[in-house]
Amino acid sequence: MLEHYLSLLTKSIFVENMALAFFLGMCSFLAVSKKVETALGLGVAVVFVLAVCVPLNQLIIVSLLKEGALAWIHPSFATVDLTFLSFLVQIGSIAAVVQVVEMAVDRYAPALYNALGVFLPLIAVNCAIMGASLFMEQREYSLGEAAVFGLGSGIGWAMAIVALAALREKMRYSNVPEGLRGLGIAFILTGLMAIGFLAFSGIQL
Amino acid sequence: MDKQTKGVLFDPLFNNNPIALQVLGICSALAVTTKLETAFVMSLALTVVTAFSNLAISLIRNYIPSSIRIIVQLTIIASLVIITDQILKAFVYDVSKQLSVFVGLIITNCIVMGRAEAYAMANKPGISFLDGIGNGLGYSMVLLLIGFIRELFGSGKLFGVEIFQTVNDGGWYITNGLMVMSPSAFFLIGCMIWIIRTVKPSQQEKE
Repeated sequence: MLEHYLSLLTKSIFVENMALAFFLGMCSFLAVSKKVETALGLGVAVVFVLAVCVPLNQLIIVSLLKEGALAWIHPSFATVDLTFLSFLVQIGSIAAVVQVVEMAVDRYAPALYNALGVFLPLIAVNCAIMGASLFMEQREYSLGEAAVFGLGSGIGWAMAIVALAALREKMRYSNVPEGLRGLGIAFILTGLMAIGFLAFSGIQL
Repeated sequence: MDKQTKGVLFDPLFNNNPIALQVLGICSALAVTTKLETAFVMSLALTVVTAFSNLAISLIRNYIPSSIRIIVQLTIIASLVIITDQILKAFVYDVSKQLSVFVGLIITNCIVMGRAEAYAMANKPGISFLDGIGNGLGYSMVLLLIGFIRELFGSGKLFGVEIFQTVNDGGWYITNGLMVMSPSAFFLIGCMIWIIRTVKPSQQEKE
């Protein structure tokens, strides 16, 4: 059992890296990766939100939306299938969790709050969160698997953004062609990192 | 068509492209472009959702309290995406299977949200609708271009129809394996931005 969870964890961190294999969360990935410090802050926030949201959404889907989940109210509800509402419900719960994280960061780490700026509330619309949630639904993970998967995807994403930020800090010393500066070279760097991560594909514990 | 309408509709195509300049909506742009067919369906879905979400939000813009506007926008967008998803499942089931989670991810696509926040909240419904279509087209253009290159060189096909006869089928074309894998999308978009910014130096970043 433990092996299964470990294998899922490594798979979600390395093989199916949210940022480099599925391109999720790219907007903030490219915009906040100019400095290692802010990248690390956003990374930690994303790990936390993912680790909370994915299992939470799993609970909501299985115990409220799935066909037959509402049978406890009245037997006539046993045929009600609300899964078509899952997009709406998931984005709602994500937005709520992000709101809580935002307030906590504002209270306990004001410097980080200012550095992250608009990207903290934007975690709500970070595709990595919603994406992990949707993958969880599609693959029908159990609660335990969902928790491990959420944590793993978060760590993978955070690792990728910190690595890219470190690379971009070094890029300042190199002479990049003018049209390629900034966004363009960030794309090329991410592509090279993605090639590196391809080496992990097929690994199973 | 007067000048303003034209600007709203066509500016996002080249001068102010949502992907290349505004850096919005890249998440899905990369993942669905291995084939032209999925790229096409995805761009169509996104254009429709952006246009109608702009229209709906613009219609009620004077009644949304600003403190809860994000959640109102998200609800409208999510409802539109649910409708789109159901339609795709009903009529093009195979493509919808291939797009997997990426239809749902239109909700978190920054283009939809960004245009609702930046344009529809401050403009009349008609022009907001056109703005949605314009930005959807800008996104579609990039998506189709990348899908075209990746499918043509990655598997020698366009829309699933054989263009280059591949070696496996007894032809001459050796497929480029990198093109069907994820890194190629990054390189292609990087190069595209390079070309656009060389042609239009005003878009270059000063560091």
